[in-house]
Amino acid sequence: MNMKARTNAISWSFIAIAVIMICAFYFYPMIQALIMSFQSGTGTNLSFVGIDNYTRLFTDTTFKTTLSNTFLYLVIQVPLMIVLALFISVLLNDKNLKLKGFFRTAIFLPAVTSLVAYSVIFKYLFGTDGLINTMLMKLSLIAAPIQWITDPFWAKITIIIAITWRWTGYNMIFYLSALQNIDDSIYEAARIDGANSFTQFFKITVPLLKPIILFTSITSTIGTLQLFDEVMNITKGGPGNSTMTLSQYIYNLSFKYTPDFGYAATVSYAIVILIVIFSILQFKLAGDKNG
Amino acid sequence: MASLKRVFIYVFLSAAAVISIFPFLWMIVSSTNRSVDVTQGKLLPGPYLGENLSKVLDTVDLIPALLNSAKISITTTLLAMLIASLAGYGFEIFRSRVKDRIFSILLLSMMIPFAALMVPLYRMFGSISQTMPFIGIDTISSVILPTVTTAFLIFFFRQSTKMFPKDMLEAGRMDGLSELGVFFRIYVPTMKTTYAAAAIITFMSSWNNYLWPLVVLQSPEKRTIPLLISNLGSSYSPDYGVIMTVILIATLPTAIVFFLMQKHFVAGMTGSVK
Repeated sequence: MNMKARTNAISWSFIAIAVIMICAFYFYPMIQALIMSFQSGTGTNLSFVGIDNYTRLFTDTTFKTTLSNTFLYLVIQVPLMIVLALFISVLLNDKNLKLKGFFRTAIFLPAVTSLVAYSVIFKYLFGTDGLINTMLMKLSLIAAPIQWITDPFWAKITIIIAITWRWTGYNMIFYLSALQNIDDSIYEAARIDGANSFTQFFKITVPLLKPIILFTSITSTIGTLQLFDEVMNITKGGPGNSTMTLSQYIYNLSFKYTPDFGYAATVSYAIVILIVIFSILQFKLAGDKNG
Repeated sequence: MASLKRVFIYVFLSAAAVISIFPFLWMIVSSTNRSVDVTQGKLLPGPYLGENLSKVLDTVDLIPALLNSAKISITTTLLAMLIASLAGYGFEIFRSRVKDRIFSILLLSMMIPFAALMVPLYRMFGSISQTMPFIGIDTISSVILPTVTTAFLIFFFRQSTKMFPKDMLEAGRMDGLSELGVFFRIYVPTMKTTYAAAAIITFMSSWNNYLWPLVVLQSPEKRTIPLLISNLGSSYSPDYGVIMTVILIATLPTAIVFFLMQKHFVAGMTGSVK
């Protein structure tokens, strides 16, 4: 009996540090943020204001702009990247493909670069007198330089191009490793039945990869809802607030403008709620029974 | 028809590969050119790498930033391996209903966006600063502590432990090893590849971490590499040759780690979802 209690105590000691750390640096701060979201004031002088911060969300134009920017990135970039990554991984999974290792490494390479480093490189490449404009003009594809960074519309496109460049290879790796687990005889049988590449892709590949597509779309959605490094370093959120994301708005509210920690916490709960809603939605869309 | 399809596949994949590699090539080429050449769109390597390097050493605090990043990433990686593998092992080997429940609660922390944690964490470390300044704001510890334990890594180690042959542990116990002895003498040595994969992922994300260090590290001499690059990138009269040299040097450690251990890296990424 005594021995059993001892073993039990030892078993708890294995997980104790991790549990304490996660509670201290994830769950405790989340409770703090919840309390702060009902408070207002500058710096550390906070007092309770009820749901004022939450009603302020509905009249705050910057919040609405950052929310719609974040949605735009989400709705355009995530599907674009997932389709592209799926397409590339199906091409790469071909047994007879030569240079497979080279293609795979090259396309995966962006995924190991620092977000800040690649953002700075993209900022220069896409500058008004940057290399991309120079090349496009030399090829006579455009007559005048595109304002990739300083025009509200093009700046959003630049951000979408940048994130797609960085994360397509990352997602591709997940699909490739899942594709390797699909038995070749399934495709063999489909070919005998006269199914062409498109039918094979939509009737075999996509259904079999559904769990992994769900996984990558949830992680990409969470990532996009937290987008910060790229926007901060490519456009600084500008011109105006036209590329600013929710995360950057929280950062600005806390550390750039006169600090308003209470309202910043309220905006951060908006992201939490969005993440929960989107995750549930994606699970439902995928039919969570086998996902 | 079939050969046309072949051609399309190679053209498409080559285009994707070129687009993926091009920014790296441009970075490397630009680090060997003067700023003027870079702005004029020069795409061939020049003889100015040495000059750019000495300019970097004279005008940019690169060495201190590299040291800061190295201290933070190495400490984070070592601590993370210990904490997460102990927990992953504990949750799997000493399973119980309560522990399973706790494990699923820990997993919820993966849904918490860092932007939501940043403000309360900043205030937490602000108040710690008053009593224990050595782990408060603007210290290496304040960067490491909130990022060192992740539910993802615990999950990763638990998944890998599922494959571990349990009779090896029993044999160790028979030989009179304590539970910790079994863990350190039997589990750790046999799980080398799992540790390698987990360590690479942790090292890379720590080396590249930007937002939390930006919030918590305030004095210029404490800057990490991403903070330094971000700072250079936002200057109004950038010297492109110098900045590209800095980015090149800053990218080298992760590039080397990646090329040496590409297999482990991919295994680490995908292992947890299999």
